Amino acid sequence: MNFLMSILEQGLIYGIMALGVYITYKILDFPDLGVDSTFPLGAAVTASLIAKGMNPYLTLLVSFAAGMAAGVCTGLIHVKFKVRDLLSGIIVMTGLYNINLFIAGTNNVPLFSEETIFKNHFTDSIFQEKIPRWWNIAVILVVVLICKILLDLYMKTQSGYLLRAVGDNDVIVTSLARDRGNIKILGLAISNGLVSLSGSVFAQQSRVFDISMGTGSLVIGLASVIIGISFFRKASFMKTTTAVIIGSIIYKACVALALKVAGDKATKLITALLFLVILIIGMDRKKKVKIHA
Amino acid sequence: MLELQHIHKYYNPGTINEMCLFEDFNMTVEDGQFVSVVGSNGSGKTSLLNLICGSIGLDSGSVLIDGKNITHSKEYKRNQYIGRVFQNPAMGTCPNMTIAENMSLAGNKGKFYGLRAGKKKDRMDYYRENLKSLGLGLEDKMDVKVGVLSGGQRQAMALLMSTLTPIRFLILDEHTAALDPKTAELIMRLTDKIVKEKKLTTIMVTHNLRYAVDYGNRLVMMHQGRSVMDLAGTEKEAVSIDEILDKFNEISIECGN
Repeated sequence: MNFLMSILEQGLIYGIMALGVYITYKILDFPDLGVDSTFPLGAAVTASLIAKGMNPYLTLLVSFAAGMAAGVCTGLIHVKFKVRDLLSGIIVMTGLYNINLFIAGTNNVPLFSEETIFKNHFTDSIFQEKIPRWWNIAVILVVVLICKILLDLYMKTQSGYLLRAVGDNDVIVTSLARDRGNIKILGLAISNGLVSLSGSVFAQQSRVFDISMGTGSLVIGLASVIIGISFFRKASFMKTTTAVIIGSIIYKACVALALKVAGDKATKLITALLFLVILIIGMDRKKKVKIHA
Repeated sequence: MLELQHIHKYYNPGTINEMCLFEDFNMTVEDGQFVSVVGSNGSGKTSLLNLICGSIGLDSGSVLIDGKNITHSKEYKRNQYIGRVFQNPAMGTCPNMTIAENMSLAGNKGKFYGLRAGKKKDRMDYYRENLKSLGLGLEDKMDVKVGVLSGGQRQAMALLMSTLTPIRFLILDEHTAALDPKTAELIMRLTDKIVKEKKLTTIMVTHNLRYAVDYGNRLVMMHQGRSVMDLAGTEKEAVSIDEILDKFNEISIECGN
């Protein structure tokens, strides 16, 4: 039971990040490597603000804003200076490392006694200091649902249509007398905002900020998106955002099972192999190849 | 009115492949004209459209819309006044978005794309009316993704979408070239209908000499960056396809084709 709970927790937290990766990878068709550093950025911002006594719920918003700023940087580098998409992400990823360190102060910031969105005055008064596991999941679920619903609503607005059009056929956007560069920047901002928010929740749930916590986030996000989209391709009743979140839970479950069998030593290898398997199974790859052929 | 004044355009300047396409090229398109532009490959037809739309830059000269100099304004800004349909039907629509979403995108051109709902009931009825005028039954497929439509259907939609909001000029870049003869005929008829209904000033590049003769009220033949034939009004009406073909053969022989 504990095992399942922890998969659900992790899957949902990374589900927020997967929503962000979904925007860049699937909608904008922009491989944004900056994700690996925006995830710890959210955690760093949260750790330092909570340590200073800020309301933990408010740190979620600040993390989101910080992520958006990072996304805008990637976007500006790509759009204004015409640096290739992959490289723009790498530049931001590399540079943010030190900024994250600067924000957090050190490599590792524990958050044991501080208030978080999971444990604070309010929850203490309800649960008498002993927070049940389901409460954690409930809190994460609320955050995930808010993100998902807002994103769904946004995608149905005129601005959301334009964002989808940029990834689908950017000639159209120019024809509509809009600057496609600005829309890409907006998309990257929203995406990185979500990733950073996910990092904030993760830091509060695991009660620690660690500088290396972002390594491999992009792979997790991509795997979640690809699993979600290829598993639920036929389920037309289901929104893609829902599929992506479920994809994240499935991915976390796969990793957890693999680790249980193989032990802790091979985490990265297993992650990489799993990702490969997912790419091979996912129809996505075939489709991409066909388009570019 | 669209004016091109003293246009100079070189390709690959400063290299051994330097090629001068336009040298002091001038052209004026009056309001209400439907200009068909014909010419062999490399004669500068598509470059002409790209210069007008700002897709490529020019070396010197100026482009004026209604007397306003737009030579240095960006492509997306010029598109406020210009609607363009491309040769490739996939260029004019978003394949992964539904017909309704595509129409909604096009219908909002010139306005701010904000946080209002993309699909609004009253607008949808208006879009449905417009789609109905195409006569392809697309009005009953509002929630179908455009990617599953045929090339002809997509091109019809691209044509409709580019003319949905008020524009000053319609630019047609060989927009029937990728279609089968029957569909091409249909798109040409639709084009003529829309141009007449909305009284659009239009520039159409085509390889089909018959379309150039049958449609529009002005005919321009391009050759090596110059206009070698420019007929308007009654002159254009009197011209036969044979005369055009003769002239076309003449210039083709000149460049060794």
